[in-house]
Amino acid sequence: MITVNGDPLDWHPGMTVQDVLDAKSYTFRMIGVWVNDKPVPKGEFGTFVIPDSAVVQAIHMVSGG
Amino acid sequence: MDKMKVLAEWSYTPTKIDKGYTRKTLYVNVGEPRMEIRDVTQDMIDKFTGGRGFDLKLLWDAVKDTTKWNDPENEIVLSGGPLCGITQYPGTGKCYAAFISPLSGQTYDSNSGGYWGPLTKFSGFDAIEIQGKSEKEIIIFINGDDGKIQILESNQPDINAYTITENLHEYFATSEADKRSISVVSAGKGAETSYFGCMNMSFYDPRRKVTRLKQAGRGGGGSIMRDKKIAAMVVKYSKMTGNENNVVDLDTLQKVGVKLHKEIHDLDDSQCKMRKIGTAHLNEIMDEYHLLPVNNYKFGQNSAEIAKIHSSEYEKLFTQGLPDGCWYGCSMACAKAVDGFTIQTGPCKGEKVTVDGPEYETVASLGSNVGVFDPLWTIEANFYADHYGVDTISLGTTLAFVCECFELGLINKTDTNDLELRFGNKKDIMELIHRMAVGTDEFAAIVAKGIRYIKKAFAEKYNSDAKTMEAIGMEGQGVETSEYVPKESIAQWGGYYLTLKGPQHDEAWLIFMDMVNKQLPTYEDKAEALHYFPNFRTWFSLVGLCKLPWNDVEPANNRIVNPPKEAAKVPEHVQNYVDIFNAVTGKAIKKEDLVTMSEKVYNFQRVFQVRMKQGNAFHNIPLRALGPVFADEWDARKDYYDGKLKEIGVEPAGLSTEAKIQKLQEYRLGMWEGLKTAVYKRRGWNKKGIPTVETLKRLGIDYPEVVAVVEKYSKPEDVIA
Repeated sequence: MITVNGDPLDWHPGMTVQDVLDAKSYTFRMIGVWVNDKPVPKGEFGTFVIPDSAVVQAIHMVSGG
Repeated sequence: MDKMKVLAEWSYTPTKIDKGYTRKTLYVNVGEPRMEIRDVTQDMIDKFTGGRGFDLKLLWDAVKDTTKWNDPENEIVLSGGPLCGITQYPGTGKCYAAFISPLSGQTYDSNSGGYWGPLTKFSGFDAIEIQGKSEKEIIIFINGDDGKIQILESNQPDINAYTITENLHEYFATSEADKRSISVVSAGKGAETSYFGCMNMSFYDPRRKVTRLKQAGRGGGGSIMRDKKIAAMVVKYSKMTGNENNVVDLDTLQKVGVKLHKEIHDLDDSQCKMRKIGTAHLNEIMDEYHLLPVNNYKFGQNSAEIAKIHSSEYEKLFTQGLPDGCWYGCSMACAKAVDGFTIQTGPCKGEKVTVDGPEYETVASLGSNVGVFDPLWTIEANFYADHYGVDTISLGTTLAFVCECFELGLINKTDTNDLELRFGNKKDIMELIHRMAVGTDEFAAIVAKGIRYIKKAFAEKYNSDAKTMEAIGMEGQGVETSEYVPKESIAQWGGYYLTLKGPQHDEAWLIFMDMVNKQLPTYEDKAEALHYFPNFRTWFSLVGLCKLPWNDVEPANNRIVNPPKEAAKVPEHVQNYVDIFNAVTGKAIKKEDLVTMSEKVYNFQRVFQVRMKQGNAFHNIPLRALGPVFADEWDARKDYYDGKLKEIGVEPAGLSTEAKIQKLQEYRLGMWEGLKTAVYKRRGWNKKGIPTVETLKRLGIDYPEVVAVVEKYSKPEDVIA
């Protein structure tokens, strides 16, 4: 189990940042991800493997208006 | 075209700009008629900075406590601000307008791109006040080239925006190239009947060879223009140089500007795609997150229809490859346009036109919110809203409310004069827009006055149920809500309904931070955000900037070098603003000063509202903004809402949907009160939302007349402990 923005999410081995974004339907382009307080570069979303029990912050930047 | 008769004329010597200011304002009374050029004091600069700050200061001095929107002493005040008109940094052509609004009976401020703000400053004025009422149809002409102010008797048979703007660029220009030296402010026929008339501010597009329109759309400034019988205001200035603002440090300005230009060039395509789609890039994103208003904010998503209004559909319709900046030097270039569009209805039927927009707000207001998922219909509705001079947001939100009233049986076809105003009925909704513009019948004339007026009028004339209309009429302080579903973000309740002027998204858009990122867990966190963001964003309005280059593009490393909460503020861009402000003015402000500068004006405007409302400047929120009102709304996200009940300790099993709705409403109304108290406290206000004398003193705006308003309406028991 991991938490994403404070909510629990089932974890599986090899789970990447992109898997988390897909699971949460986070489609927004201006999104930043921190795993256990460390930023993950956007180019590594598809390859960065999330460890079990990780605290993930998927931060949507504000735009528009 | 025949020459227009000069009704009044004055000469003046234009003052050159020094460090972003001319230190002069222009006052024109169109009733007497009379003109004055007034000095800007150092205190005015220190406390109000410019732009909206100057507008509000001048408006305060011009009106009485009892002034109504259509009294002669009400003014339209327009000002750019000290950074307005620089060409080295993107988004620097903004003009801010302030006035007593027909919708709310208190001050409203609204901003627009286009060339009006820069050209009036280059013509010698930090702000322009228009007061009085003319008996004849007039055009005000500010000739910055020759140093002349004229009031002309209008000879324009058609005052609708696209027509009069095109004609006046032609009339006042000496050549094709000279058309770029001109900007026109217009409204339209719809602004005469409506309380949400907009002001269209123009610039000439030399590649398309047409005039383009940007709007100070909200609050009813166009309605005031027409009430004063002003068909248009025109400015001309043709001697523009690259340093018209006579800045202190041009090198820094250029260096910071180049950095942002490069950022936009390198990153926009992978971030917000503003250069290709403008704010319409948000369409499917808002739908995905249940934030796209559908059928009067009943729903936040329409999975079956969203593909039809996907940003990729608009990308095909917007002409690509043209630099669509609405002021020189803006490489963000989000002023998208649809060229060669053939109008299908109304007085322009069959004409081929260039339509400015639609932006996201219009895609939603004159689209999903009225149940329409047809870009071509939305583009036509956008065209007519601008042409008739009405605000697309208030228009769409009002129409959405009226459609729901019709579907609920609160009004019928007899009341609507045979219009079948169901969601998605494109033909009859468009017909109502045309009827509203000319005030064809009583029903159309009522609808044109906005939701607060309609609620009362429908109850009185058609016996419509007042309680239901209160619940679903999406207005705050008399102003229609802009186009985001706020139900599930407590912070956004404040971002919309604890604002100075009503639910417009230009104070704080906190939905992602609060609802998705969950960065604001407590009332205090939300209150802090509702202190910082409204004040930070106010700063743009003081200096003449567009908000979009702040956070619709971000440095590549923004989310690497900054922790999550700070990243949302885009610290590097905030530093850019400090640097360019200091480069223009020669001052030495720091990052934290931006919020303090804004706080002065923000609190001044709040006291202004208290003054105009005689102490009753209340913040209201409709039930629809807090959560579902009807069973189908709940059932559309049943699991989600049942879960929300469980979170507050209510077991949904066995309860009727109506009972569930009532439980959630009761709980959320309590949360609204909790939020309000926390926000008022953080802002230094009392329980009635009135700034305390201590707050005024801290900010240095404890002018005797301001303190007098606060003391008149504050009581000891209103203090928040």
